[in-house]
Amino acid sequence: MSRQIEEKLLFELDHPGRNGASLPKCDVPEVSFADAFGPLARKEEPVALPELSEVDVIRHFTRLSACNYSVDLGLYPLGSCTMKYNPKINEAVCRYEGLSGVHPLQDEATAQGALELMHALQESLCAISGMDACTLQPAAGAHGEFTGMQLIRAYHEAKGNPRKIVLIPDSAHGTNPASAHFAGYAVEEFKSGADGCVDVEALKARMNEEVAAIMLTVPNTLGIFEKNIKAVCEILHAKGGQVYIDGANLNALMGVTRPGDWGADVMHINLHKTFSTPHGGGGPGAGPVACKAHLEPFLPVPIVVKKEERYSFDYERPMSIGKVQGFYGNFLVLARALAYIETMGAEGLKSASELAVLNANYLRAKLTGKLELGFDGPTLHEVVFCDKGMPNGVTTMDFAKRLIDYGFHPPTVYFPLIVHGAIMIEPTETEPKEEMDRFVEAVEKIVAEARETPDLVKKAPHEAYRKRLDEVAAARNPRLVWKR
Amino acid sequence: MHYLPASGEDVKNMLGAVGAKSVDDLFSSIPEEVKLRGPLPIPSGLAEAEVKERFALRAARNTVASCFPCFLGAGAYDHYVPAAVDAILSRSEFYTSYTPYQPEMAQGTLQAIFEFQTMMAGLTGMDVSNASLYDGASATAEAALMASRLRKGRKILVARSLHPSYRAVLRTYVKHLGLAVEEVPFGSDGRVDLSAYAKAAEGACIFLVGQPNFFGVVEDVKAISSVALNSEKPILAVAVAETLALAALEPPGPQGADLCVGDARSFGLPVGFGGPYLGFMTAKKELMRQMPGRICGETVDADGRRGFVLTLTTREQHIRREKATSNICSNEGLCMLAATVYLALMGRKGLSELARQNLSKAHYLKGALEANGVKPLFGGPVFNEFAVSVKGSAKVNGKLFKKGIIGGYPLFKDYPKLKNGYLLCATERTAKEDCDKLASILGGAA
Amino acid sequence: MNIPSGLRYTKTHEWVKIEGQTGTVGVSDFAQHELGDIVFVEAPQPGDGVTAGAQMGTVESVKAVSELNCPISGTVAETNEALADHPEYLNQDPYGAGWIVKVTLSDAKEAEGLMDAQAYAKYVAESGH
Repeated sequence: MSRQIEEKLLFELDHPGRNGASLPKCDVPEVSFADAFGPLARKEEPVALPELSEVDVIRHFTRLSACNYSVDLGLYPLGSCTMKYNPKINEAVCRYEGLSGVHPLQDEATAQGALELMHALQESLCAISGMDACTLQPAAGAHGEFTGMQLIRAYHEAKGNPRKIVLIPDSAHGTNPASAHFAGYAVEEFKSGADGCVDVEALKARMNEEVAAIMLTVPNTLGIFEKNIKAVCEILHAKGGQVYIDGANLNALMGVTRPGDWGADVMHINLHKTFSTPHGGGGPGAGPVACKAHLEPFLPVPIVVKKEERYSFDYERPMSIGKVQGFYGNFLVLARALAYIETMGAEGLKSASELAVLNANYLRAKLTGKLELGFDGPTLHEVVFCDKGMPNGVTTMDFAKRLIDYGFHPPTVYFPLIVHGAIMIEPTETEPKEEMDRFVEAVEKIVAEARETPDLVKKAPHEAYRKRLDEVAAARNPRLVWKR
Repeated sequence: MHYLPASGEDVKNMLGAVGAKSVDDLFSSIPEEVKLRGPLPIPSGLAEAEVKERFALRAARNTVASCFPCFLGAGAYDHYVPAAVDAILSRSEFYTSYTPYQPEMAQGTLQAIFEFQTMMAGLTGMDVSNASLYDGASATAEAALMASRLRKGRKILVARSLHPSYRAVLRTYVKHLGLAVEEVPFGSDGRVDLSAYAKAAEGACIFLVGQPNFFGVVEDVKAISSVALNSEKPILAVAVAETLALAALEPPGPQGADLCVGDARSFGLPVGFGGPYLGFMTAKKELMRQMPGRICGETVDADGRRGFVLTLTTREQHIRREKATSNICSNEGLCMLAATVYLALMGRKGLSELARQNLSKAHYLKGALEANGVKPLFGGPVFNEFAVSVKGSAKVNGKLFKKGIIGGYPLFKDYPKLKNGYLLCATERTAKEDCDKLASILGGAA
Repeated sequence: MNIPSGLRYTKTHEWVKIEGQTGTVGVSDFAQHELGDIVFVEAPQPGDGVTAGAQMGTVESVKAVSELNCPISGTVAETNEALADHPEYLNQDPYGAGWIVKVTLSDAKEAEGLMDAQAYAKYVAESGH
């Protein structure tokens, strides 16, 4: 990135007398706040807001945008984040006024298109996951996990015993234990076997009627497919437990294998990963939950149903866990995901998974020898390296920051926790080979720099809009809002 | 497939580098017995033009507020979104970027979060803000969880006049954590019944109040915070479903609220059939370390230049795992950006004028209805939404739709005792003549 | 690494200095080094009861949270208020300005069960660091 304009904060740009709002003339008599609310009325205009023209605002945010890295700029190899290309047609169709302008509480008869869209997505997600039923309500992956764990809890409660414990492997995302906790379960972490998979004998020994469920990410955060998945499901089911699949890494599996066919009971699906909806600098995502028929009665209300040619919301679900979102889910994100599925079709989705796995294995092959593998054994859509052998005290963080100077977003670092100084790389299927070759070259150069000019790496980045930022100072003395 | 760059030649070369004979070889770690035989049971892919056509058809099967006058609010208020907002949201530097975990290459997103936090803290009269939550309903639930941690309390107190969906989501969230939810009734003015609150407050860790509440009535937050109690005061949390009202009312902070949550979708986002919306949370400084979600803070880089980072991250799930303040990870980042752009465009003058227009329209509509014999349900002051009494409110909307109007929200579904209750909303988009038309139709029906 | 004599140490790397009926508690130089830059300390308040071996608070660095265990039992007499604005004292002066709480001991002999400086130095060396 070249030298950029130092962009001030909106509040420092404040220019009294300017105006960026375009409001119609009011066609009714004006009522003042004081008349309407007396002492409850606001006494002064909200000073936290600046006065700026539309030009000022557009320039400000356009300049800020230039300080961001993005998928449309290049490889964004964050492991477990699936930073794939976000198709432009998705952005176009979700902006159709006939979708974005529908009020959530309109009569169903006036929103048949929106309901049909949701129904079509529910059906597609069931088909892709091998499940029987689906809710689109959760707003993100972790929200889906929470919903899924609530389903499991409701199921056990209906059988008379909610049970106490949820088993989670040590390679799991932090959201898993947190979600299980908020569903009222005690979390028990168990160690992965030497091959990165579940130790089936240890699981068998641990399993009893206190265990409500196991939460597994498949393939796991090392990129390894859980080879004993069928046995794991059988062990859980034999004692009445449930199997929750975290679908964060579903991008490795589409059209190849389906959690429903393994025996899994419930899973969430990150539409902002596998189904190409944009990450938006942190959200919004969508985390639909798909489940087997025995969990269906507990799904959140409402569910979209089709009777003859008419679509409607079904609220008559006495066993439901209730609502997890104010309305029906992140509808405009759902619209983007459906556009993607309809574009790709059965064959396209399978190709996407195949090429995601090919790309990851290509990078693995090219980088092995330059970086040390965190775990042996075959991997699917992502690969994890470790900091072993990094010379001169260069850390994973230094390595990551130096990649910025070469024009790449760093991989996920220091996760999974079971790999020391982990560097977790997921290129996704939308990366061209040349871009990956460019990345490999950059890694090669950094490895050489770490040996020869370690300070260059340790003080990176040098070329970014900002040099390394002081996170310690930020946390010691939190300044979370601007003050004059 | 146009999103997949690998050519046949690329595939061959890459397989060579990997040392695999075929792509299938790469999946050999998946046991054969769980592999899918045959294709996925979904249709084949479509060309871009075909997808577009399908979505156009779907869109055409919905009726929208831009064609029909709409008097629905009830948690989703129909405001105009300036073209400049979408111009910024459409910049792929923003929408195709990830959560700003690498701050040196995400200063754009981070600075916008910092600006959002500053504006939301300012509008609500609080000290700190987070970077967004899913929506107003889940933000309300998060507030309750936060209070129960801070006070080690088990009793959650909530105004019955708070949005029914917010209360529903709250119940789902706390159900299995040993927390009890109790409701405080409303009086004939539609506001919180203060004496009922005083009786119920003992032992409660939080009191959640809608502002304006679900009936559109403006609560007297100061009066609530001043109620004399025999025990420690619960944390007072104000939930705002229509954030535009913040431009018209004294901010909750100086009125005695400790916490403010809600949905800032009114700031630059479409009604979008219910999502994505924009949950937010602002708080007094003492509550900062128990806040859920991401928070951006100011710092300096190695050269001493100002920059922004995600901070106080030890609260979050990726570090504290099951002991985290929340399980939230992805939030509503791009929606937050929309609100930031929107508020920058509107500015203090624009937002005030917009709030005044909303207030004026609603009062005009209310007056027109009263002139036609349609009586308000409650006496308390209102902003851009209010409840009236309409006989047969369940069937009114069908009638109105035939006359080209999207009607209001019947209250009986959520409040069986308010059999004839009917919630109506007017925004800057509501035309005077449509108010007159609605009033005369409902007047005839009443 | 600095391991002053005259203090007692726990296996979880806290120290306690016994003076009459009062025990002053902090974290060891080794601990602060392992934790890295400390950004926040959550400690019990005066009047709170504490139990030997039980968690009494947390110490946070930017990307980690560590439990703070109390080496001895009793009642908190004083909390180091300066740490609220200066958590870095734990890094800069772990045995001085970085003290965390003073505890009125319920059993002055309890601390004798903890390691002395020599034993702690050996423990740290043996635990592979």
